[in-house]
Amino acid sequence: MNVLHFVDAFFSDSAHWHGYDGIPQRFWEHLQYSLLALAVAAAVGLPVGLLTGHTGRGGNALAFIANAARALPSFGLLVLAVLLIGFGLLPVMIPLVVLAVPPILVTTYEAVRSVDPAPVDAARGMGMHESRILFRVEVPVALPLILSGLRSAAIQIVSTATIAAYVSLGGLGRYIIDGLYQRDYEKVVGGATLVAVLALLTLAVFWAAGRLAVSPGVRRR
Amino acid sequence: MTSTAQSSRSRTRHTGAAAVALTAAGALLAGCSSSGDPSDNPLDGQKAEAGTVVVGSNNFAESTLLADIYGEALRAAGLKVDYKHNIGSRETTYGLMKNGSLTVLPEYNGSLLAYLDPEAGQESAQAVNEAVKARLDKSLTLLESSPAENKDSVSVNAETAGKHGLTDESTLADLKDMAPELVIGGSPEFQTRQQGLEGLETVYGLTFKSFKALDAGGPLTQAALSGNEVQAADVFTTDPTIVKEKFVVLKDPENLFGFANVTPLVSKEGLPREGVEALNAVSAKLDTETLLDLDAQVQLEKKDPLDVAKAWLKSAGLD
Amino acid sequence: MTGFFDIPSDLQHSWAGLIGLHLREALLPVAAGLLLALPIAQLCGRFRWLYPPVLGLTTVLYAVPSLAFFVVLIDYTGQTELTVMIPLALYSLVVLVPAIVDGVRSVPDETLAAATAMGFGSVRRYLQVQLPIAAPAVIAGLRVATASSISLVGVGALIGNQGALGNLLAAAQKYDRPELAVNAVVTMAVLAILCDVLLVALRVLLTPWMPRGGTRLKPAARRAEITPEGAVR
Repeated sequence: MNVLHFVDAFFSDSAHWHGYDGIPQRFWEHLQYSLLALAVAAAVGLPVGLLTGHTGRGGNALAFIANAARALPSFGLLVLAVLLIGFGLLPVMIPLVVLAVPPILVTTYEAVRSVDPAPVDAARGMGMHESRILFRVEVPVALPLILSGLRSAAIQIVSTATIAAYVSLGGLGRYIIDGLYQRDYEKVVGGATLVAVLALLTLAVFWAAGRLAVSPGVRRR
Repeated sequence: MTSTAQSSRSRTRHTGAAAVALTAAGALLAGCSSSGDPSDNPLDGQKAEAGTVVVGSNNFAESTLLADIYGEALRAAGLKVDYKHNIGSRETTYGLMKNGSLTVLPEYNGSLLAYLDPEAGQESAQAVNEAVKARLDKSLTLLESSPAENKDSVSVNAETAGKHGLTDESTLADLKDMAPELVIGGSPEFQTRQQGLEGLETVYGLTFKSFKALDAGGPLTQAALSGNEVQAADVFTTDPTIVKEKFVVLKDPENLFGFANVTPLVSKEGLPREGVEALNAVSAKLDTETLLDLDAQVQLEKKDPLDVAKAWLKSAGLD
Repeated sequence: MTGFFDIPSDLQHSWAGLIGLHLREALLPVAAGLLLALPIAQLCGRFRWLYPPVLGLTTVLYAVPSLAFFVVLIDYTGQTELTVMIPLALYSLVVLVPAIVDGVRSVPDETLAAATAMGFGSVRRYLQVQLPIAAPAVIAGLRVATASSISLVGVGALIGNQGALGNLLAAAQKYDRPELAVNAVVTMAVLAILCDVLLVALRVLLTPWMPRGGTRLKPAARRAEITPEGAVR
């Protein structure tokens, strides 16, 4: 079996390019699920990670929570959520957010903790307010590592959001699940390729974000 | 590989580990590359063990129940039986029948015909069976059909029926004007099947607003239809929730969904004569009413399908 | 027939049987991944130019959803455990190669020089000096790979009863019995936590020179633990 042949057949079939089951629509749905999950996970993970990292308290508790969350199976959470809540976006968001919070939380904590204490003490000595110390001194230095945590979470979300299709939502997983039941390899391979492409795009976006947001002084170190 | 893998994990410091690692890596790579050769059939290796009958089932509750009935009847006939349950859709299980991984599979005669040949007409149950046999892989055959029938159907929920004035007398043709406003649901394979979206369009000229992939007439479909996530769906006619949720099954005057009598699909060589006789005896006793009752025991009363199968075989004197 | 431990007969295993099956389907691939990762990581350490392309390739592989792997493999390896285990071994490999490379690279040059001065050959130096010092990082990678593997086995339910405890999830849907899904999620989580605890214990055993209660890992180990491109999917 030549996988490339299937990839080619999938993308050159014009029927795959329009309508509710077309690539643009499924790609857009996948992007929506991924962005929403990442936003929610960041809204939970970043503040807690920054705060605990700044104060240096609760590191062990964080590691415990992260390990526990990592032990929860995404697919299992999805099925359970659908059985208990019913249809919709919420049951899909639960496993994706549970998946994404630990890397964001722990990396952010570690990133802030690993900032050189000398400039932090200097800032404090200059009478800087704690919140200014966090955002003007610690965060700029910690940003590369914080971004790497977000990137890791984003890649996992993009890959895992395919399971939304199992509970009849859209996204690129639709092609994989449909292909499985229709025994249509073109769809499975095409869907998997699109997910991999989206993951690479995600990497590219984070690389660009790193170039733009990280101060040149920090980057050069 | 188990023991080497485990011992080397705890002994990574010792000299033997590197050699073990390389050997295992080589073995794994060799395994991958040899199975990657499309010329030899990789599924040959799992051909049913000689003398053992492998009964398969698709991924919905009734299929599991029927497979259990067949399997236990075969056991009662003195055969050695293995089960392979919940495999997936017909698109997958037919392939496994063909390559000999499965010996027996509960099928629905007309649905199987539509899969083998979407163009084939379906005039009578007997003609359907003959047509199927003519098109089956030559290693396979159909046994006697049972009177029990479970068709696919397009059913609408009570809300949609009320809104559009659909009753038990309404037909699929009546949907023509409202279809573009309706979302229809079904298993992922319903989307590409003749007895699915394809046929609904070519036979009845129905184009729906969109299709929502659910499961094969299972809880997902029931929930989506009763919750009005979809307004119409592929519901099996033996589904106990039709009555419970007041779904309206639309009539099918063009016979798109054809005949769907429960019929064993078997491998000619894999099933001995006493097995054929046992399955034919099951088919003779299994009617639609019985099937409805057994389905309700599994799906509504949550009894275990194997217990239900055994109890019915006993009551029918087939054990 | 609606109890927490009443496993539907079509799964063909007791609850304990499913646990055994699950552990086998999850842990064998991690072990295979480790066996493959060691020589690959060694090559990447020896030839530095090799590492970036290997890392790129593994990242792309990791982004391919497990279900797609399973479906494509069905044609080669059939509806069997092997179909589930091959992708899991690949994912483990992807997590472990960077963990081992970073771990081995974190060994200080002075230490290596000392080993050489003591007359260690390169193989002996790798096995007796570099790997032991890298152990914390390697085990950190193993923890991630194991948790991920235990979670992903469940997805095998979609290709026909090949998901061990995950089959309970499919059954929960098919028979509309949420308690089976609760059983599956809780059991898988407990297995993952137990394996994690065992790996931490193994690290303590393998690195007697490190402070016992010390939760502070070397930077390389910490990185492996927190920034793998995917812990659980």
